[in-house]
Amino acid sequence: MTQNEDIELFASGHRACAGCGEGTAVRQILKVAGPNTIATICTGCLEVVSTGYPETAWEIPLIHAAFENSASVASGVEVALKELGRKEGVNVLAFGGDGGTFDIGLQALSGMLERGHDITYICLDNEAYMNTGIQRCSSTPYGASTTTSPSGKYSIGESKQKKPIAAICAAHGIPYTATANIAYINDLKKKVKKAIETEGPSFLHVFAPCPTGWRHGSDDTIEIGRLAVQTGVFVLWEAVDGDICNLKVTVMPKKRKPVEEYLKRQKRFAHLTEEDIAKIQQEVDEKCDRYGLPKRE
Amino acid sequence: MTVKITIGAINKEHGSSKKYKTGGWRSVCPVVDLEKCISCYKCYDYCPDAAIKKIEDGIEYDLDYCKGCGICAAECPVKAIVMVKEEK
Repeated sequence: MTQNEDIELFASGHRACAGCGEGTAVRQILKVAGPNTIATICTGCLEVVSTGYPETAWEIPLIHAAFENSASVASGVEVALKELGRKEGVNVLAFGGDGGTFDIGLQALSGMLERGHDITYICLDNEAYMNTGIQRCSSTPYGASTTTSPSGKYSIGESKQKKPIAAICAAHGIPYTATANIAYINDLKKKVKKAIETEGPSFLHVFAPCPTGWRHGSDDTIEIGRLAVQTGVFVLWEAVDGDICNLKVTVMPKKRKPVEEYLKRQKRFAHLTEEDIAKIQQEVDEKCDRYGLPKRE
Repeated sequence: MTVKITIGAINKEHGSSKKYKTGGWRSVCPVVDLEKCISCYKCYDYCPDAAIKKIEDGIEYDLDYCKGCGICAAECPVKAIVMVKEEK
């Protein structure tokens, strides 16, 4: 069924910061999912900005779950719909931020994937706990300065690598896993459509830049997202039946830009020295070789 | 304002966030030159606040909700949108 994509299911008046990447992501995802959708959200930016009681920005049925259990509440919704014989034509979406997916909700998510519910789980990744004040998360990339991994004389900022959440989910052998980015809306929409149409659990990792936490201009959100793909920092891929050895890269940059172009636009990386950038570049190069991306310019 | 909390905090008024006008947050305001606009609707797609409406041969802003982030101006392929400082 094709939806009327001019209908807004994520209403104006939500309290997301100016230039928030999640606003764009949720608007576009709901345009594809359409009105016959039930969503769950866990604690995170999305919940805080869209459901300030007694108001809601959602035009579809929504359940607000606790921080760790967006996936388990969605599982309950899906089973209830099936038991009542009302699942036909209804999409169940589970939304989580990176904190609620990478850290706090990982076991609930793993259970949902393992049990094989017909749910699309969407992780909106802005790479730290943004609404509580930019605390580091297992999604925070190496070198980023946050309030709990501040850069300084003895610290480079975040010292750990980003957790490969989409690969972890794909390793459950689920029918569909993909990474997406708000700068590539057509690619994002195609993946949402595929994920929803897939029987069984699917996982989407959506990269959503955050002007407040990454400290870039509010008008730079889309460009930062685009640079993440063009430099190879964030690779857009999809995998069917958890076959990550045969994943398909969906947006292949013709020539890969130096990672510095991505880093230098964000103040969270402003403290990095040339050696630090060279180290990050080397890691990105190695990752891109594994994905079969072109060599750097 | 007193808020009556319903049983289970169920909110039946969908999309009620529209009561809150986020346009007051804005410090710069987008202005579109419809002569230059090619109706590609990239600004409409990227707007985080659904503050852009498609009209025939162009777009129209809903300044009640536009927060002035400037994504539309940055992403416009023909530079038809400029951000102008708000003056009160």
